[in-house]
Amino acid sequence: MKRWLVALLVLGLSALAQEALKVGVVVSATGPAASLGIPERNTFLMLQEMLDRTGGVAGRKVQFVILDDASDTTQAVRNTRRLVEEGVVAIIGTTTTPASLGMIPVVAEAKVPMISLAASKDIIHPVDAQRFWVFKTPQTEELMARAIVADMVARGVKTVAYIGFNDAYGEGWARFFEAEAKAKGLQVVASERYARTDTSVTGQVLRILARRPDAVLIGASGTPAVLPQRTLKERGYAGLIYQTHGVANPDFLRVGGKDVEGTLLPAGPILVAEQLPGTFPSKRVALDYIQRYEAKYGIGSYSTFGAHAWDAWLILKPALERALKRADPAKDLAAFRAALRDEIEATRNLVATHGVFTFSREDHLGLRFEDAAVMVRVENGRWKLERIFR
Amino acid sequence: MDATILSFLLLDGLQNGVVYGLLALSLVLVFAVTRVILVPIGELLMFAPLSLVWLLEGKLPGTLWLALALGGAWALMARGRGALLPLVGGVGLFLLFLLAKGVPPLAYLAAVLLVVYLGVATYRVFFQPMRGATVLSLLIMAVGLHVAYQGLGLVFFGPEQFRPAPLLSGEVVVGLSWQGVLVLLFAALSLMALYLFFRFSLFGKALLAAAENRLGARLLGIRPEEAGMVAFGIASLLAAFSGLLLAPLINAAYFMGFMLGLKGFVAAILGGLASYPVAFLGALLVGFFESFTSFYASAYKEALVFLLLVPALFYQSLRARTVEE
Repeated sequence: MKRWLVALLVLGLSALAQEALKVGVVVSATGPAASLGIPERNTFLMLQEMLDRTGGVAGRKVQFVILDDASDTTQAVRNTRRLVEEGVVAIIGTTTTPASLGMIPVVAEAKVPMISLAASKDIIHPVDAQRFWVFKTPQTEELMARAIVADMVARGVKTVAYIGFNDAYGEGWARFFEAEAKAKGLQVVASERYARTDTSVTGQVLRILARRPDAVLIGASGTPAVLPQRTLKERGYAGLIYQTHGVANPDFLRVGGKDVEGTLLPAGPILVAEQLPGTFPSKRVALDYIQRYEAKYGIGSYSTFGAHAWDAWLILKPALERALKRADPAKDLAAFRAALRDEIEATRNLVATHGVFTFSREDHLGLRFEDAAVMVRVENGRWKLERIFR
Repeated sequence: MDATILSFLLLDGLQNGVVYGLLALSLVLVFAVTRVILVPIGELLMFAPLSLVWLLEGKLPGTLWLALALGGAWALMARGRGALLPLVGGVGLFLLFLLAKGVPPLAYLAAVLLVVYLGVATYRVFFQPMRGATVLSLLIMAVGLHVAYQGLGLVFFGPEQFRPAPLLSGEVVVGLSWQGVLVLLFAALSLMALYLFFRFSLFGKALLAAAENRLGARLLGIRPEEAGMVAFGIASLLAAFSGLLLAPLINAAYFMGFMLGLKGFVAAILGGLASYPVAFLGALLVGFFESFTSFYASAYKEALVFLLLVPALFYQSLRARTVEE
């Protein structure tokens, strides 16, 4: 009798476990990319609470399996393998470009759809046999570089200098920005590098100043982006200073203080959601996210990075609903994963916090420039909408 | 390149170089006395300004609990009369932190004492029990502590940088801030103090003796444990002051210390991990070299700085006779 009860219990539990759709999440909640990864993780924790309250997707429970990769590629790949073995239907992540690139062969081999939260275009372009399974939500450097160069041209800038991180982020920006600038007739007079951990960039800044550029772009993310800007100001540079969207968090303003007043940067529309005109597609969705996030984590706590995670779920949720009609993950997981991938690719005109997503066979970024980038200026320690491209 | 750029680069190199120099001196001192390569010195350096920022905002930093936990372990390990020092020190530190919340002068003092207490406790808890171990085992322990302290730094202070207000704002001449002058002054002062300490005080001489010949010093009644604690104390003191003075110039963050320590280590290696003056000169060389490479070839700066190690190690390996263990 007792044995039967136990067996029934186990059966019941495993039935329950099959009920829940597992979605794998890999984020960099620790390590150098933690300032991006923490709001992403928080967003999924918030989503989990919401889904538990409202009963999940199409009547099925959803469980996020969240793993930290410590901003490390090897760990991200290991996490991905573990998630695949745990039978997740899709994987969202990870925060950084190198680690996301490392995950691609693993998800392609296991045939699991993946939505990356990292910036580089290399993650989804070109859509080959492996990238067939990979999508992403953040704007590429290419897209944001286009916004910067458009703004520079509009302000009559002729010569520009670049200083960026000596890693994938800085190199990616150097490549796309310099290409775009040359295409639009700007002259790139200096291209310098520095490390996140550098304590001085005097040498690089002096070299830039000697070339007298009209504008300088700093290709860095987070608070380490402050150092070159402060050094430029200290050495008396009076031209325009541009940053990338990698600095769009409150800590940059806190550490930068008055040294970063007047900074120009491209950003996803959510950064200045309240200032957007009512006709801007992302405005309502972005405000909704901000309100939910701040209700849980405090006023002023939201960042654009967490919103990329939110966008990934906005894409995944309807795709899950449609895929559930086509296949049953409990019976045939492989068929369901394939159906889910097809449904993600079938996403059309989905309004999210950072733009409007329309995927296609060739385009796994799906963002249109006009809807996904705005120019922002730092004014009195706040983000001020400067220019939209619609 | 004109004279203005040259002078800027020299000043920049000097300012960075003296900090590497102080770290190099600490590394050489600690290595000579205890044979530990103090990898976590960069973390100790960063803990000081980050704890200060927390105190000035009226919060107790997580480093306090870390220090008290290690202090507790120290007291348990020492037992008896020896437990008095960590207990009294821990209670004093805790009270000081309660008083120092939001009070700048006390907060600076508290941040320095915290790091010194933490440094000494680190030696007592982790390194003293394995004092007979090989240099390699000690190094592995040091690397482990570096990873642990850096991880704890992230937990305590978050991933972003912080910038405490400078003690003195403004510039003396273009290119040299008053804060930079403070850094240089502090370096000069500590060099002098270290010289006087080793040359004239009994304690300093005992330390040197322990560094020269452990067994001999022991026969003369110098306790190597005590010597180790003093060496760690001096190293943490230098690191704490350097960190506090540097933070307004470089923006402190949990991940910033390692590179500073590593460059100090390059300098210490240039001095063969044995000679104080050569290590300090080596540090200035690293500083100038870094400043000029960042001007001429910024993309390869890090690689070129660490490439300095190759000829130095080559020279050392040619010169070395036997490894004294």
